[in-house]
Amino acid sequence: MADEVKLYGLDGSPFVCRVKIALNLKKIDYKFVVEDLRNKSADLLKYNPVHKKIPVLLHSGKPISESLVIIEYMDDAWKGAPLLPKDPYEKAQARFWAKFVDDKCIPIVFKAIVSHGEEKDLAEAHEQLQFLENQLNEGKKFFGGDDINLVDISATFIAYWVGAAEEALGLKLVSKDKYPKLTEWCDNYINCQAVKDGLPPREILLGFFKMWFATPNSFVYNEFLNKSS
Amino acid sequence: MADEVKLYGFPGSPYVSRVTTALNLKGIKYEFVAEDLSNKSADLLKYNPVHKKVPVLVHNGKPISESLVIVEYIDDAWKGVPILPQDTYEKAQARFWAKFIDDKCTPAIFKAITNHGEEQAVAEAQEQLQFLENELNVKGKKFFGGDNINLVDIAATFIAYWLGAAEEALGIKVLSKDKFPKITEWCGNYINCQVVKDDLVPREAIVAFFRKRFGNA
Repeated sequence: MADEVKLYGLDGSPFVCRVKIALNLKKIDYKFVVEDLRNKSADLLKYNPVHKKIPVLLHSGKPISESLVIIEYMDDAWKGAPLLPKDPYEKAQARFWAKFVDDKCIPIVFKAIVSHGEEKDLAEAHEQLQFLENQLNEGKKFFGGDDINLVDISATFIAYWVGAAEEALGLKLVSKDKYPKLTEWCDNYINCQAVKDGLPPREILLGFFKMWFATPNSFVYNEFLNKSS
Repeated sequence: MADEVKLYGFPGSPYVSRVTTALNLKGIKYEFVAEDLSNKSADLLKYNPVHKKVPVLVHNGKPISESLVIVEYIDDAWKGVPILPQDTYEKAQARFWAKFIDDKCTPAIFKAITNHGEEQAVAEAQEQLQFLENELNVKGKKFFGGDNINLVDIAATFIAYWLGAAEEALGIKVLSKDKFPKITEWCGNYINCQVVKDDLVPREAIVAFFRKRFGNA
């Protein structure tokens, strides 16, 4: 069972996608175990009894939950492309921004999508997105500089899911004129091979968002709202 | 330039306490800059423009915000007593539990407090606390970090000290000894660690705070 790696998840989840991208960057072979969130497997409940959510990474039989914890674990456990900066201060900054994306940015962007662009939600979302735009203003291609790092990976939802939601909803959140740097970053990010290989087809997301907006009280909607981090 | 370390905060904050404990563990000398949260200093707003909150650690002029990010930074930047486990898997587990305390446990407890011990809120808080009780039980540990405190213990500072004060102020019970014998014992052990004790404000001050803020008129 040496170094056996399994990832429990679902294609449509941006949090599972974060881990797939990290696995691709580290060139780790893994088995993907698809979960049905309406009928969670005994394994998932055993490996993540606290949250009962995806993604869960299983490494040589030992489970790790919470996508950003998983990514840091992967950077500690495997050599190869670094996911975090080496310098302690830069590392702290990367953790700060990944936490900001998770705790502040994604929730409010999500809320603005769910409320179909309600004015107050949009204003708050713009306020948070501006911080990210400013971070890229230092002439950086990625939040990680020349290569993607933890912060870029944490913002996968913004790079790819938001665009699909915008199209399904007929709403613009991350406009090019307001966020030139962020828009450019989205394009660069989703064109990285490690990212491209981990993203679900856009049509699937479009279909999902269209169905979801049509049935706002559906199970999947609520499950996503109680997202795994 | 010798290491210049400043900590922006206010003494009654459990989040600031996390950082002072970490600094004390490493034996780091620092200057404490007391903030008045109703009148935040220009420095604080400059060093933490995103959240405008305490604590903020400034190390040789470079600011770091968010208490758990700061604690990990302290462990990366200074040698001495380790705050996170060395083992890769154990390190991930420590981060998982610290995040759980921050994202799930403390908010549920806080809700029970602000709802004056309303039954459902207390039940939800106790559901989260049970995970921590199990964690201490299964490993048979004095601290979440084993024989010594680590990131998880530090993350749970609010539970160790602030919760008891809130319970007293509002006449409510969330962390009962019969339901949570291990955590109760842990609280006593944790606040008696010198590195923690040295910077805790008097309990009466915290009781008074909770009474004033959430007590019945």
